[in-house]
Amino acid sequence: MTATVVATSTPTPTRPRRTWVGVLIGVSLVVLGAASLFIGVSDVSPAALLEGGADSTAAFLLAASRLPRTIAVLLVGASLGIAGLILQMLVRNKFVEPGTTGVTEFATLGMLVAIVLWPGMAVMGKMGVAAAFGLVGTWVFLRVVRAVPVRQLVLVPLVGIMLGGIVGAVTAFFAYRLDLLQSLSQWSQGSFATIMAGRYEYVWIAGIMVLVAWVAADRFSVIGMGEEFATNLGLNYRRVVAIGMVVVAVITAAVLVTAGMIPFLGLVVPNIVSLIIGDNVRRAIPWVAGLGAVFVLACDIVARTVRFPYEIPLSVIVGIVGAGLFLWLLLRKGSRAH
Amino acid sequence: MRTDITAAPPPPVAAAATGRSRLAALWARPGVRLGLLVAVVAVLVAVYLFTAVPGSLSYALKIRGLSVIAMVVVAVAVGVSTVVFHTITQNRILTPSIMGFDAFYMLISTVIVFFLGSTAFLRADPVTLWLLQVSVMVAFSVFLFTWLFGGKRRSIHLMLLVGIVLGTFFRSLTEWMQRMLDPLDFQVLTDTAFASLTRPDETLLLLTGILVVLACLAIQPLLRTLDVLTLGEPTAVGLGVNHRRVIMALFAIVSVMVAASTALVGPILFFGLIVANLAYSYAGTFRHRWTLPTAALLGVVFLLGGQLLLERLFGFGGSLSMVIEFAGGLFFLYLVLRKGAR
Repeated sequence: MTATVVATSTPTPTRPRRTWVGVLIGVSLVVLGAASLFIGVSDVSPAALLEGGADSTAAFLLAASRLPRTIAVLLVGASLGIAGLILQMLVRNKFVEPGTTGVTEFATLGMLVAIVLWPGMAVMGKMGVAAAFGLVGTWVFLRVVRAVPVRQLVLVPLVGIMLGGIVGAVTAFFAYRLDLLQSLSQWSQGSFATIMAGRYEYVWIAGIMVLVAWVAADRFSVIGMGEEFATNLGLNYRRVVAIGMVVVAVITAAVLVTAGMIPFLGLVVPNIVSLIIGDNVRRAIPWVAGLGAVFVLACDIVARTVRFPYEIPLSVIVGIVGAGLFLWLLLRKGSRAH
Repeated sequence: MRTDITAAPPPPVAAAATGRSRLAALWARPGVRLGLLVAVVAVLVAVYLFTAVPGSLSYALKIRGLSVIAMVVVAVAVGVSTVVFHTITQNRILTPSIMGFDAFYMLISTVIVFFLGSTAFLRADPVTLWLLQVSVMVAFSVFLFTWLFGGKRRSIHLMLLVGIVLGTFFRSLTEWMQRMLDPLDFQVLTDTAFASLTRPDETLLLLTGILVVLACLAIQPLLRTLDVLTLGEPTAVGLGVNHRRVIMALFAIVSVMVAASTALVGPILFFGLIVANLAYSYAGTFRHRWTLPTAALLGVVFLLGGQLLLERLFGFGGSLSMVIEFAGGLFFLYLVLRKGAR
């Protein structure tokens, strides 16, 4: 599966079915997005909005809380999917994402360092530090993976998870020594419960990174063929890899600052898209972004309604659904990969 | 695809006593090595119990004695279960906890509270409840293992990854159920779910201790069968081992031990891995008669020694699990990459 990035082993389904799935994703986005605006403890319904006009409580809530939350959910879902897709191209392995490569853990360590060394720093600065650490994490992972034979498909994410565990242990140790364990577990618990206007805008940066990925999409496709192939086509291999690393690290940091850790998303979404339309990165990007957004939106709505009026952390829902899907992919594909 | 990791270990080098000093000949005997380890453990226990007593000696002894017993129970459970697990699965980098076993135990406890409610949970006889938890765990894990290891041979790495993902899955499910509980039920669950190494709950300690002893007694007659299993399935069957039945029994014993250690200290991911792999090289033989006690004793040395160092020298006693996790993670990476590079 690794070397076959464009000549995929999954047969590309016929056009009508593809269009139908695309329409389904689009419709779900609109319906779920609207639902996300009107679900919550206080009454924000279309009727209440019409009745109260622009300066009612309902309108205020919509602008200050519901709309930001919905936008953040959409951007996080889309950008995490893209981060997974790009990382899979860089490593040439279908089973990686920021969470299974240690990148997320490095970024968390960066957050901790920023909080300890510069407590008064603006969120933007903390995100920058987290992104820098995430970049280091990506680099370390790529270095370590070189020691793994390419054929060992499943060994790559395994090594990544272990790296993450080691970095996570270091983070936990320092947090424990500095009495920050509580706040550490608060960010790492992925949730959109505290999102408000004025506190979520960083997630737009992740959205910008999605655009960067889209512009450079074809280059990532070529990177997926391997270094020699890419260089023969006249591509500056190192530069493209560097761009990819920056995209992944910045998205990871932005999501971490906004919503915490969200497991498995970057892994499951690109894999499902590749089953639907095959492995062309340029074509896959809008699909991955759309499906990722729908996925997180659906999980977020479940997290808000299943125990109304209380919320369940989003990462829990994503963890259950994502782990189930990942297991299915593994036992389905893994049996063929060996 | 079978990698080096799944290969049976090489036969130990026989000690050629000729031309060597008597000391080396002595050192080559597993019994001597084990004896030395026992001595080290005895010294550590003495140091832990009798030095740096802050107030009254009898009170300190009571508290510390309990935590020494807890450490011994956990070390025996983790060491023995990991070595047996390695033999059954024919590899040396999997451990029961990496396969999501302890997450599973937590899930079961949560499910029981969820469906019974905390009042029933509190009013229930702790022994009955504990037995219920363990028996559910054993039934399920035997089922899981036959599904994963019973059918066609999948690659070890795939199994590992599946285990890790299963662990995440169980943990997420546990957390979800915990969020669905009443705050009061949740409080009860967190209170009863874990004791800690330094302040173990006495009833729980007694129960787990008995369970671990029983599990060890159950393994005792199987020691030679385990040795035969090291040779691989076809050989073992050829030598007259009822392979499927023995493996089932051993999986059941392993899951009992994992349940016991998780109940006491919660999930420890890499501890068993370090202890078991060091035990193979230290014992100098792969006969379970020697490797099992060596692994258990090494576990005690690590837990007690680590706790002593952290508590008395550095003054932060609560971080032992993080330190072990860090070292174990590095060790695991080393194992995987060393095998992978070949």
